[in-house]
Amino acid sequence: MKTKQSLAKVQKDVPCPFCSIHCDDLVIQNQSGKLKVKENGCPISVERFERPLAQSTPAINGKTATLDEAISQAAGIFKKSVEPLIAGLGTDVGGMRSVMELADKTGSIIDHMHHDGAARNMLVLQDLGWVMTTMGEIRNRAELIIFAGTDASNYPRFYERVVWNEQSMFNYDTAKRDIVYIGENLDTSRGKSPTGKKPTHLKCPQDEISEVISVLHALVGGNKTQKKDEIAGIKMAHLEKLAEQMKNTRYGVIVWAPGELDFPHAELTIQNFCEITKYLNRETRFAGFFLGGNDGGMSANNVSAWQSGFPLRVNFSKGYPEHDLQKYATANVLKNKEADALLWISSFNPEIKPPHAKIPTIVLATADTKLDFKPDVFIPVSTPGVDHSGQMIRTDSVVSLPLKQLRNSDNPSVKEVVRRIVELV
Amino acid sequence: MLIKLSGGTVYDPVHGINGEQRDIYIRDGQITRRPAATVDIDKTYDLKGKVIMAGAIDMHTHIGGGKVNIARMMLPEDHRQDLVSRTPLTRSGCGHAAPSTLTAGYRYVEMGYTACFEPAMLPANARQAHMEMADTPIVDKGAYAMLGSDDFFLRMLAAKKDQEAIADYVGWIINATQALAIKVVNPGGISAFKFNQRKLDLDEKNEYYGTTPRDIIKCLARAVNELGVPHPLHVHGCNLGVPGNVQTTLDTINSVEGLPLHLTHTQFHSYGTEGDRQFSSGAAEIAEAVNANPNISIDVGQVLFGQTVTASGDTMRQYAGHWHAHPKKWVLMDIECDAGCGVVPFKYRDKNFVNALQWAIGLELFLLVNDPWRIFLTTDHPNGAPFTSYPHLIRLLMDRSFRNDMLSTINKDAAASSVLGSIDREYSLYDIAIMTRAAPARSLGLKNRGHLGSGSIADITVYNNVKNREKMFEKPLYVFKDGELVAKNGKIVKVTTGGTHVLKPEYDKSIERSLKSYFDKYQTIKLGNFKIDDDEIVEHGNGHIIVQPCT
Repeated sequence: MKTKQSLAKVQKDVPCPFCSIHCDDLVIQNQSGKLKVKENGCPISVERFERPLAQSTPAINGKTATLDEAISQAAGIFKKSVEPLIAGLGTDVGGMRSVMELADKTGSIIDHMHHDGAARNMLVLQDLGWVMTTMGEIRNRAELIIFAGTDASNYPRFYERVVWNEQSMFNYDTAKRDIVYIGENLDTSRGKSPTGKKPTHLKCPQDEISEVISVLHALVGGNKTQKKDEIAGIKMAHLEKLAEQMKNTRYGVIVWAPGELDFPHAELTIQNFCEITKYLNRETRFAGFFLGGNDGGMSANNVSAWQSGFPLRVNFSKGYPEHDLQKYATANVLKNKEADALLWISSFNPEIKPPHAKIPTIVLATADTKLDFKPDVFIPVSTPGVDHSGQMIRTDSVVSLPLKQLRNSDNPSVKEVVRRIVELV
Repeated sequence: MLIKLSGGTVYDPVHGINGEQRDIYIRDGQITRRPAATVDIDKTYDLKGKVIMAGAIDMHTHIGGGKVNIARMMLPEDHRQDLVSRTPLTRSGCGHAAPSTLTAGYRYVEMGYTACFEPAMLPANARQAHMEMADTPIVDKGAYAMLGSDDFFLRMLAAKKDQEAIADYVGWIINATQALAIKVVNPGGISAFKFNQRKLDLDEKNEYYGTTPRDIIKCLARAVNELGVPHPLHVHGCNLGVPGNVQTTLDTINSVEGLPLHLTHTQFHSYGTEGDRQFSSGAAEIAEAVNANPNISIDVGQVLFGQTVTASGDTMRQYAGHWHAHPKKWVLMDIECDAGCGVVPFKYRDKNFVNALQWAIGLELFLLVNDPWRIFLTTDHPNGAPFTSYPHLIRLLMDRSFRNDMLSTINKDAAASSVLGSIDREYSLYDIAIMTRAAPARSLGLKNRGHLGSGSIADITVYNNVKNREKMFEKPLYVFKDGELVAKNGKIVKVTTGGTHVLKPEYDKSIERSLKSYFDKYQTIKLGNFKIDDDEIVEHGNGHIIVQPCT
């Protein structure tokens, strides 16, 4: 890792690690170690990049310790543990590579903090598959964008970058895009085009989106539906109009955020998105796109898949990887008391707190993370893309970004700490 | 450290050595001349009666990148049947259709392979492909960047930009993505599918750009040639899997007017329309054309029976094939106005007429193409079968009676419509050494690999000379990588990191000006972040870069 190097005062084209659409056009100034987003920031990136570098030291049971002592204590916890859980996984590809090595060596369970959402997607991928697209295709090709159960506001520059972009490859006037929202509590204001064209909002409860999509599927398939005036509170005439739009568009996209579809069996709603998308491709082009995998979620899931052969929620305790999307969820593992030690990793967002499990706990988190309890070991870690270089994989699971080092930090990276634990266990 | 491999029977086609007893010396990772009698030898392996070849090279195997990772995520039920436990030396993982990177590296080495090449690296996904390849231990890797459906190239071609500018772009792509060669997949067809075109013949126009696959192949083949890229343009042609595509393939061979061309997984492109089922073998015609055109090389993409997964950049043909998915799930992706991918699990059945004939067509190609320097052993892993089936395939080629026994078990109509039973040819060990070592190394421009001459990298495989060639090639006695013993009796004994072969062709750097403004206007990543630094490949400490020279 490159540390203590002399860093340019202003860096351009800086990739942002803080949400999974990873904008990479930021201009960031380093003034005596304090960072300022000069251009192309958003509320998330400005808040995170501009947080001062917090001072903190490793601690064992709340008492200050050296890094060596803390690492050795952490290794001791792993050595005593029969079934460790490595969770959070808020790190980059490099950190995750080290986590995989540790998990394999210690027979751990691995899970990411946002995987409840990703697991819904994975269930559909493993059962049905899907037709998907990427940000670059949406930006240049989409004529109809349906936001299903999300308004994409957790990804502040999504509209600027791929919906209302001024130029597109195929001389298509992006301001003419048809934007549709399905669901409730959605801020549809960003769906208004720069020329004032308003989006359509079909309001329904989140857990009834599935029904709406089913009816749309029947309509685009030319099937008869029961004669009803409305479905989930939406007028049938509006659905008939949307079904026609979906059939007639040259390139349509359904956008969902699996983490925002938070109700029992929401994977069936996602399955509906994927089924109708596949069906529409018999005649036209249509694709899905999901927004998720913040805090390194996409990177963690991909590294797990290539190194173990399985996406996340893997248990190595038998010496080989076992994958189960429900059984190895952090909440289940802790509730069922299946783990006897916890390593929690969160190197991006100081607001994220580790679960307070009553088992020996090691926390690798940013220095300014406020904990509700004193873990057995705390090690402040540096942030990828701020304090050190690295790579992260974007939400479309295709493009990955080379992260830059913007300032010098005394805190080690997750990759470094976990590697040192690997050497000791 | 000086190692002597003493008295083995050597097959080294580059030097014309065909089964002669020779001693081989290894010093500092390289093969070296016989030292003076006064020099102490640190370690001697007595290899009398053993067969020695250079480490094998798989020049077309989908081992890394987004589509392989989609296959991994999608198929837990396949992987659960082949779980691999951790050992004190090796990491856990899983095998079969889309193995974990770690298991893939170990299994290649355990089978005597020391290098494998990912043939379909999407520029948009190149960084991930390199990360996955770096996590594939021991073996050397490399990748071919996929062009031909990318908007930047198609608009240059449509605007009739001069050939030199296009070559500059191709040179830039090879540098930016750390590639070793260029591949084209369904030329322009991945783009056409995004405009909802469902088929694209060699002379059919992409409806937006007005370009044809023929234009694309000619232009890219020239560019690759002009840049001095050793490996010819690597072509996955139009109409993959379509009955009657034998004509497309013949026309493709003729389209380049003598320029070097490599046609990949040609089995999937050698189908006629004869017979009751309007599906027949075109292998004889293809083999005749390959034999007659010394500028053409092929790899086969042999089908072997069982469950696998097909993973391809050819979205147009993968969409058409999804109806046959087994199990019934499949993925298609449109990617960054650059390319795409389709992942469709598939089970080849020996009693199914089409699958059985595909099996026979592949073998016909192997046996009817005369020159083993121009035909390479591949299953297009995992598309025709997982790479772990290579030893079985080698036995099919080397053992006529075994082949005929297998032929008698497949679908009767398919067997009857194939000429396979009437072909007597058997591959020799020398032929196998050519097609799995010498020829792919030569084709890729790897001068100090694929042979056992002094100065060559000591990637060496030693086999027990067993009559059952499947057994022989399954578990080599010894495998040396960079001069270190890494596998013994088909088991890893040492884990090392492999390198990544790349090419850095010269091009006019001023092309970056137009590329930069193009990226700023249309792409979702900045030009500077699209490019992959050497540092990124080496910084995790699990790989190094090997720069190969241009011709």
